[in-house]
Amino acid sequence: MAFEDRQAPGDGTFAASYLCPDCGRRMALLANPTETQLLGSLGVEVGGRAVDPQPMELVRQTLAGRDDAFVEDAPGRPRWDVRSEERLGRVPGFVRGMVKKIYVEWAAERGIKVITPEVMDEARADLGLEGM
Amino acid sequence: MGPVTYRTYHQVTGEDRSRAGVQVKAQHDRVTERLEAVRRVVAVMSGKGGVGKSYVTSWLARAAAATVRVGVLDADLRSPTVARLLGAKGPLRVAESGVEPSIAADGIAVFSTDLLLDEGQPLRWRSSVGAPFVWRGVLEAGALREFLSDVAWGSLDLLLVDLPPGGDCVTDLYQLVPSLAGILAVTIPSDEAQHSVARSLRAAQGSDTPILGVIENMSGYRCPGCAGVQPLFAGAAGQTLADEFAVPLLARLPFRPLGDGPGPEALAPAIRAVLGKA
Repeated sequence: MAFEDRQAPGDGTFAASYLCPDCGRRMALLANPTETQLLGSLGVEVGGRAVDPQPMELVRQTLAGRDDAFVEDAPGRPRWDVRSEERLGRVPGFVRGMVKKIYVEWAAERGIKVITPEVMDEARADLGLEGM
Repeated sequence: MGPVTYRTYHQVTGEDRSRAGVQVKAQHDRVTERLEAVRRVVAVMSGKGGVGKSYVTSWLARAAAATVRVGVLDADLRSPTVARLLGAKGPLRVAESGVEPSIAADGIAVFSTDLLLDEGQPLRWRSSVGAPFVWRGVLEAGALREFLSDVAWGSLDLLLVDLPPGGDCVTDLYQLVPSLAGILAVTIPSDEAQHSVARSLRAAQGSDTPILGVIENMSGYRCPGCAGVQPLFAGAAGQTLADEFAVPLLARLPFRPLGDGPGPEALAPAIRAVLGKA
């Protein structure tokens, strides 16, 4: 079976689709919220990772800790415009730094000087990110 | 319709398309890579809380830091105290190479959940949408893994891992760090502590990690008037454990009401043991 796609509809569930290379039949693996959370707790993504793991990403995503526990070290990087800063502000504080780093690195690799909401949409589509 | 048969997982040929196993192996490989520059990883354990294990860990770290490069990982996620004992503070800088540990007194590198939590707040995990139940055990195991693999420990001679009470934690640590150099057990003199620590040491023996020795804390109380040492507890748990497990009793430390450490000579045998020089 060949892994095809995964989706997180935003309701805590998860779906992964597989394709049989012989007969072309597609099958879906559906996980309920508890099962989805278990997968997330292991720090793995079905089908493989789209983005290299960020330092301490599991803890920063799941631990209910101080918003200022971590500071990012990223000098000389693309800047953010006001609209994208506002959008980034809606990301939970504890993981905001990590999310910001992902967008910054994607933009820097493409020589993008200013991160706009449109750039964020393009990055999300390219990296297959959900909820960020 | 007749009975339906299914191929089992192992009967399906080809690559594991979920790639979950590959990712889990990669997680463990990152721990190994990160700790390549750490000469020795030693776990400090006890069978029960309240024996002063974290105090002993911090005293050992300070004494060892006089001559070698030392790091301390506080693996007691729910009751972290080491950062406070060593004067480590946040915030923690996230660089390309990983999360920089806090550098505390005497140049000791420290990482602890105490640096991540608001003052006095318990350890809590965020539940995800639609699933109020949290897989706490899995998350705590993942957190320990990240503390080992994602903290930029750098080149150390000694990394002390202050474990939570119990013996299972040694097994968990050993699965992540097969090169674990040894275990140091901390007890107090009482028979109750002796039985509890013995149970934990038997559980820890399943990991094939050598037991470096026993430290008996709160062995007595030194009278400030006459300097005579009087017992705080009945029992001789330290020597009993050392005899049962055929390991040295490395130190008998008197109760220190101010929490300051004993002199270097009192810890010298323990320092030699954790550095592999015994």
